[in-house]
Amino acid sequence: MTEIKEDNVCQPREPLSASRFRRNWAKLRRNKAALVGAVLILMYVLSALLAPVLFTGNPSAPNLINSLETPTLKNPLGTDELGRSILGRIIYGSRISLLIAVGVVSVGIVLGIPLGLVSGYYGGKIDFSIQRVTDTLLAFPGFLLALALVAVLGVGFKNTVISIGISMVPMYIRLVRGCVLSVREEDYVEAARAVGTRDVIILIRHILPNVMVPITVQTSLSMGMAILFAAGLGFLGIGVQPPTPEWGTMLGSARSYLFHAPHVATFPGIAIFLAVLSFNLLGDGLRDALDPRFKI
Amino acid sequence: MALLEVNNLKKYFPIKKGILSRTVGQVQAVDGVSFTLKKGETLGLVGESGCGKTTVGRSILRLIEPTSGQVTFNGQNLLRLEREELRKVRASLQIIFQDPFSSLDPRMNVGQIIAEPIRNHLKISKSEMRNQVAYLMERVGLHPEQMSRYPHEFSGGQRQRIGIARALALNPLAVICDEPVSALDVSIQAQVINLLAQLQEQMNLSYLFIAHDLSIVEHISDRVAVMYLGRIVELATDRELYQNPMHPYTQALLSAVPIPDPEIRKKKILLQGDVPSPINPPSGCAFHTRCPERKEICSREEPIFQNIGADHWVACHLM
Repeated sequence: MTEIKEDNVCQPREPLSASRFRRNWAKLRRNKAALVGAVLILMYVLSALLAPVLFTGNPSAPNLINSLETPTLKNPLGTDELGRSILGRIIYGSRISLLIAVGVVSVGIVLGIPLGLVSGYYGGKIDFSIQRVTDTLLAFPGFLLALALVAVLGVGFKNTVISIGISMVPMYIRLVRGCVLSVREEDYVEAARAVGTRDVIILIRHILPNVMVPITVQTSLSMGMAILFAAGLGFLGIGVQPPTPEWGTMLGSARSYLFHAPHVATFPGIAIFLAVLSFNLLGDGLRDALDPRFKI
Repeated sequence: MALLEVNNLKKYFPIKKGILSRTVGQVQAVDGVSFTLKKGETLGLVGESGCGKTTVGRSILRLIEPTSGQVTFNGQNLLRLEREELRKVRASLQIIFQDPFSSLDPRMNVGQIIAEPIRNHLKISKSEMRNQVAYLMERVGLHPEQMSRYPHEFSGGQRQRIGIARALALNPLAVICDEPVSALDVSIQAQVINLLAQLQEQMNLSYLFIAHDLSIVEHISDRVAVMYLGRIVELATDRELYQNPMHPYTQALLSAVPIPDPEIRKKKILLQGDVPSPINPPSGCAFHTRCPERKEICSREEPIFQNIGADHWVACHLM
């Protein structure tokens, strides 16, 4: 008997076995754009990990004599208004940006997934209340919400992560809830109830594993978005505070010298652009590789 | 003494419309079904698709909450039980699903699937669990070495065997078989049916066997109930029903069963029109709109479900 039922994005009908991982990896590798994204992300991760090796010296220590230098051999990307190496600051900045990205999606996942699961599985009044709150939060543009939260919480690294993280939560709730709605009607969930499995166990053991694919894709896309949001807050001067080397903050302070030292703003801009682009490319690639509807 | 007694079971699904989800009507999927299932017996439940057979099965287990009625299993009224009590009862009242593809979690291996009911109800060690699962797999004709494989690596028939092993894991008293073979190839159907019959004998199981294929039901059942539009129209022993069908609907159904002999020409009773909508079922006898022998009374009064002798029950004014 062949399978007639059409597959749903949320319901891959295969386990996460080793062979499946290999096949997905092969598919991901064949997608050139995703591969470029993955390689770039790897570069950022390496530069974040190896920052002290790649750049000796303090990226935050001012050296006013060398201020606003154009690229030279000693400072390949030039120096900023306080004479600090832009390359060094970008390398150290990748630590900040990646940490923010990881922190933000953690907040999104930790709050969004349980709420989405409960909302979708139980339905009724619980679902209604969670969804109306989500509606309200989604009515704000994401960045505006993060901005408002920063206004309440104050500036700094931790508050940046919390604010952007919370602004991502409604997206996760919606995504997870939608997938749960389709998975919970599956016969195997009913079968689990029929053999006396408790609701909590059903949610963890049957439903969550079957909604992991869209969550994975969303997480990659959210990382890019988190970096962009964090840079935006930094640019406005309400994100991570100087002298910490943060790309958006660098961009913000370079704004004043845009005309006679354009490179000071250009290089952090490129760093942000490539980071966001690579997470988006990887996310799209993951979607294609994991979505059973695009099976090769 | 009946193991399972279903009394006047009803399930109406509300139809909701508009932003305020006002209830504008209801689908009367099951409308007053009563029957009993004895220990060790197989009761066949047949009818066209959409007549409410599956809803009956799921309402008994409360996978769907019935609207009203009584379900007494082993002396307990299932519809009154609290969540936790119900969970415990489900150990001895199991279900086998129609679709062996969607009823197994694609992310769990066979061992985990079969172990799930045991894990829910008993506290046993890992190695004991392994032995138990291996024993169950052998029992349903699977190789225990395949315990760590995933459902998509099995054929439809094998997957249905996995589902059967899961249902039997806790030695249930009764199993609701919800069209367990209708999704399988004809060549596999017989194997699975024979397996079910064999297991019934070994474990003294009672089956409520839901199906739309009359020849399969005839093969496995002791008694057969015929459903039409959410109601049972005829209930009799297997032999009696097939040789002496009384209700015009049963007669029509039986006349449609193909006989594998091209020489035999039998008169087929062709029913006119479609099954009426269960949202707005016909007045009186629900079958009167399509009945070839309807009388004036049929559209006015609902026929009583009565015993016409030899434990043969019919709901028809012609009796």
